[in-house]
Order: sequence, then C-alpha cells, then structure tokens
Amino acid sequence: MAELQLREAVRAAMVEEMDRDENIFLMGEEVAEYNGAYKVSEGMRDRFGDQRVIDTPISESGFAGLGLGAAMNGLRPIIEFMTWNFAFVAIDQIINNAAKVRYMSGGQFSFPIVFRGPNGAAGQLAATHNTSVEAIYSCFPGLKVISVSNPDDAKGLLKSAIRDDDPVVFLESEFMYGMRGEVSEAEDYTIPIGKARIAREGDAVTIIGHNKSYWRALEAAEMLEADGYAAEVIDPRTIRPFDWDTVISSVKKTNRCVVVDESNPFASVSSEVAFQIQARAFDYLDAPVHRITSKDTPAPYAKNLMEYYLPSTEDVYRACRAVMYLD
Amino acid sequence: MSLKAKEVATQNGQPEASYDTIETKLTFRHYPGDRFSHESLGLSVEEVGDIYRNMLLQRRFEERSAQMYGRQKIGGFLHLYIGQEAISTGSAYAIKPGLDSAITAYRDHGLALALGMTSNECMAELFGKVDGCSKGKGGSMHFFSKEKGMFGGHGIVGAHIPVAAGIAFAHMYKNDGGVCICYLGDGAVWQGSFHETLNLASLYRLPVVYVIENNQYAMGTAVDRATAETDLFKQCVSYAMPGSLVDGMDVFSVCQAMRDHVDMAREGQPSIVEIRTYRYRGHSMSDPGKYRTKEELEAKKNEDPILRLKSYLIQESLMSNEELDVLDVEVKAEVAASVTFADESPFPPLEDIYEHVYTQEDFPFLT
Repeated sequence: MAELQLREAVRAAMVEEMDRDENIFLMGEEVAEYNGAYKVSEGMRDRFGDQRVIDTPISESGFAGLGLGAAMNGLRPIIEFMTWNFAFVAIDQIINNAAKVRYMSGGQFSFPIVFRGPNGAAGQLAATHNTSVEAIYSCFPGLKVISVSNPDDAKGLLKSAIRDDDPVVFLESEFMYGMRGEVSEAEDYTIPIGKARIAREGDAVTIIGHNKSYWRALEAAEMLEADGYAAEVIDPRTIRPFDWDTVISSVKKTNRCVVVDESNPFASVSSEVAFQIQARAFDYLDAPVHRITSKDTPAPYAKNLMEYYLPSTEDVYRACRAVMYLD
Repeated sequence: MSLKAKEVATQNGQPEASYDTIETKLTFRHYPGDRFSHESLGLSVEEVGDIYRNMLLQRRFEERSAQMYGRQKIGGFLHLYIGQEAISTGSAYAIKPGLDSAITAYRDHGLALALGMTSNECMAELFGKVDGCSKGKGGSMHFFSKEKGMFGGHGIVGAHIPVAAGIAFAHMYKNDGGVCICYLGDGAVWQGSFHETLNLASLYRLPVVYVIENNQYAMGTAVDRATAETDLFKQCVSYAMPGSLVDGMDVFSVCQAMRDHVDMAREGQPSIVEIRTYRYRGHSMSDPGKYRTKEELEAKKNEDPILRLKSYLIQESLMSNEELDVLDVEVKAEVAASVTFADESPFPPLEDIYEHVYTQEDFPFLT
C-alpha cells in the first residue's frame, strides 16, 4: 500500500492505463501544459507527449463530442471537465450522444469513454459552481455513474471505468483532491463497477453515503458509537448501476435507514434509494427511510448559509437517532 | 428591428479618418454547375451510369417511403432528401470506401444509400423491423452502418458536428489515412457546436470536411431570415481554413469539389464546403411548405440533379433512352422488393428493448 492524495490516485489510474493501452488519451482544459487545474494530470504531458495529453480551448460541447467521435472510431478517450458544473454546456453530447447512440445504432457503435472531474460543493463559489450532478446523469440509460469517496476507490474504480466499453461519468471532488489514503499497489488493481462497499458493520441503522457524504455518514456512525449503537455505513461507490443487493441486505438486518446525499432533494439519488428500499424491504422497516440532502435551493455564497445548505454530520446523527426513535 | 445587418453596415459607411484600416484579401473556391464533365473527372461511362443509378435509387426509395408513410407503415418523422441527391452521390464518389467515414444529420436516407447500404436494410429500418440497419432502434433519423463507414443519422441539429471531429481525430491518431466527411444543414451553422468544433478541427489539423448542405430552409426559416452573412462558406475565415461554394444540382461539380477537399483533409487540412441545393419536399411529412412559393419550387425542379444528369447522358451519347428506361425499371423493382422485405421482416421481440443499451451483458436494469 502507498499513501496517496486522491488526485494522485486518479493520476496513477490514468498513467497505468495509458501505459497499458496506447488508444487511451486525456483531453480537457489545462490538462497538459498547465498540469491540470487541480493538478490531477501533473506530469502526464511530459510522460505521454502532446499527442496523448491534449489541451483544449474552452469548448466543452466541442471536446466532449470530439471524445465521443473518437470513441466511436476505436479510441478510448478520457475527457476531463474542470468541474462538472462546466459540463452543463456539453450535456447534450453526454445525454443524447454518449447515452443513446449505441442504442439507436442497434449496438453497432460503442462508447468506451470516461468523462471525469470534480462534482458537488467546492466552497464559497455560489450556485453555478456547486452542483451535484450524479442524479441527473443517473437518469439516463446508457451511462454508468461512479462517485468516489477515497483514494483507493478512486484508483480502482477509475481503472475499471477506463477499461469499461460503456460511457462512464466519473465524479471526484475538489474538496477531496488533497485527501490522503492508503492505495493498493497491486498490479492491475481494479474495483468492479456496481459494487458497494460496507465501510463499517453494524446492526442499529444503515447509513448510505457517497462522495463527501460518505464522510458525514462515517462521522455520524462514530457519534452513534459513543451513544452505544453500531451503525452500518455503506458507500455505494457506483450510482448507476446501484448495488441494491448490498443495501437491501443491510436494511433487512438493521430495519432502519438514513441516506446522505449532497444533491438537491427532488428526484435525487436519495429519492430512488428510498423508493427501492420501501419496494424491496417494506416489511423489514421499523421506521420511514430518512434522508439528509442539500437544501432545496441553489447553493448560496455566504459562509454561514453554505454550511447550512450542505448535509452536516449533526444532521445525519440526528436523523439516525430519529429513525431509531431515541429522542 | 427595422434595419438589416447589411443596411446597418452601409450606414456606418467608411471608417473615421482617425482609424487605420486593415485590409484582407479573401479567396474562396467556386465550383459552378456545367463546369465539369465525366471526362474531366476521369469517370468511366460505367461509373457515370452507376452515379445516375444511385441518385435515382435515392429518389425512388424516398418516393416510395413517402407512400408507405401515408399508409402508416412508417412512424415518427420522415425527412426526405429529394432534390439533394447529387451531394450524397457526388461525395460518395470522392472518398475511399472502407477507409473514410461519413456522418450526417437526420435527413440521412440519401447518404446511406450512396454509401452502399442496401434498400432492404434501410426500408426495414423505416418500418421499425428487426432487419433494419439499426435493428429497429433508430428509425428514419438514425441510420447507421459500421461496415459502410456510416456513423449516423443524428437527430439533434448540430450535435453530430463535434462527433465528426472525433471520428477524424481517431483517423489521425491511428494514422490510418482516413478522412471524415460531416454533412450538416444551413440551420445547423447557428448551433454553438459548429463554431466550437470548427475551431478545434483547425487547431488540431483534423482530417475532416464539413459540408454545409444549404437547401435554403432551416425547417421553415429561409436562410436570409436566420443568417446575417448568407454566404455560409465564409464561416471558414473565422477558423483559418479553406472554404468553397459548390452548385449542388450538378453531381460533377460536387464530386470535383469533394475530391479536392477530401485531398486537403488527407493532408491534415480541414475545410468547409457549402453546397447550394434545394429540397423539393417539406422539412418533414407534416410540412405543407407555405413559406415558399410554387413558382420558386417549380423553378428549382427545372434544375433537378437527376434530370440534369439524364440529359447529359443522352446528349453525350453515354446511354440510350432504352437503357435509361431499363435502369428505371430495375431501380423501381429494387425499391419494391425492399418494401416486401421490410413488410416480411419481423418486429423486434419485446425482450430486445434491453438490448444494445450497454455492452455489458448483465446490466441490472430497474424493472
């Protein structure tokens, strides 16, 4: 094991895969000469050259679509968005072309492509720069959506995403790029897409959280432990396809569930998780499923409002106590 | 708004004396009609006959499609290419089959047939049958054939333009010598994707030719109602690439222009070709075409690219009337057979709804 920052783990995955397969290239704004807006691709241009690590103008729709055409014609692009907020101007390419053209071509053309970049809240940047997009992209059959919470998952899942023959939306986080963690150095280390990770076992309540929300879930579980309760914490890691089996088995054991999701609440990941739990484990539930999401507003700028906007550990802790009828 | 852009420009007049002026000389190539012959193009008599047959096949195929649409054998939208056949066929004779790639928007039947896709697979797709070129998943707007280098058939105006750049990028990256031709309508020029992509194509020196099929109307909006600079080929100036204007009613002009531009692309020089053409039918089957006069339509029909080539074949004594009649019967028979084929092909089985979404065979769909 090596201790890496999350940005280094993402880079390690790209470098290892690009060493392995010369059809893989990285394209995006500031990825080459500038070494990445968040230094994720630092050193990659020196290693692979201008032909494989390619700077673009500020034309997300153009280079996202270019990546898709390259994928249709035999390459395996990695397209970096400086943040997923900027991908909204390219969303037609992702939703209409990446997700649907394979289907409309009767399976003739596939899209082995990864769109990656940081997602969700990134501080006092106000509403346009703080969007959580996982629920949006998970709406579209044809896409796979991965959201990582730690360096080891980032490496193992990104390698799987790059090898996958379907288009993958890969969600990182500005806040977590500097986070350090143990990362496997096993040769060809991959983590299967669509498998959740049980981060902590318990029988009192199931807490589900991905990306930054995973850490709120874990912190709340530690507070509950101090109260004498063992919470089970699940990081779904992949949003589409979602690992229902792991979640449903857990809920059948704990009979209670809280979903932590940084999305805005309406039609969020938590909405689908709560629906599936009531559909598949209704008779096992001792309380309604609770969820903690961002507020049902655009993200604010003021520091106090932004803290209030996001799911907090305290919110999660209180929701867990509520479904356990402790208060 | 009372003034048109040109009038405003005139009113602004000469620059004030306090300004310097920058003068630029711009040169564009022009490929007018009646300039080229089969001999100047080096086409054999047999090849000219094939060109004529291919254009006629597109025409008869679409006439029959319209009929089948009326009989509700075909659903959804049906956008006919009738009048524009010289562009698809002329450019198909400028590329290397099996190496080069092509991609277009939703008015895609003509290009599909020009690239060698069969009437059977095309008609079956219109009928939504399992033997269709997209297995009944795409319909009229989404014809695909990996085998023939047909990258679609795309329904969102302008969305395929960057995809074309990517197809060309892959040709360059793999160094396989291939070129991508991207067809778009005059309406698509005002999508942002066009401008983003033309810049990328020029910046990266991609082997791509952007063909603007200017059929004068974006659905019901005439070019001069949507476009300040109606010479669309001049867009090339902003992206530091060559641009040409071509008479799209003369298949030889199209073929010569496309050969020249494909050669440029193969040398790493992307470009724009504006081909002026005309669609005789409405935008789609539901369009009565009230935005244009009957006189305009009739005048354009006199320029018909198929009749023009037919006259040429007779005048140049390349084919006799009898031979042309035989060809017509043959083409009609091929199209009639495709209708029978499409009728007899089964609908896709219901379980096929989950096929082709992912390459992953056991994707756990929500049910």
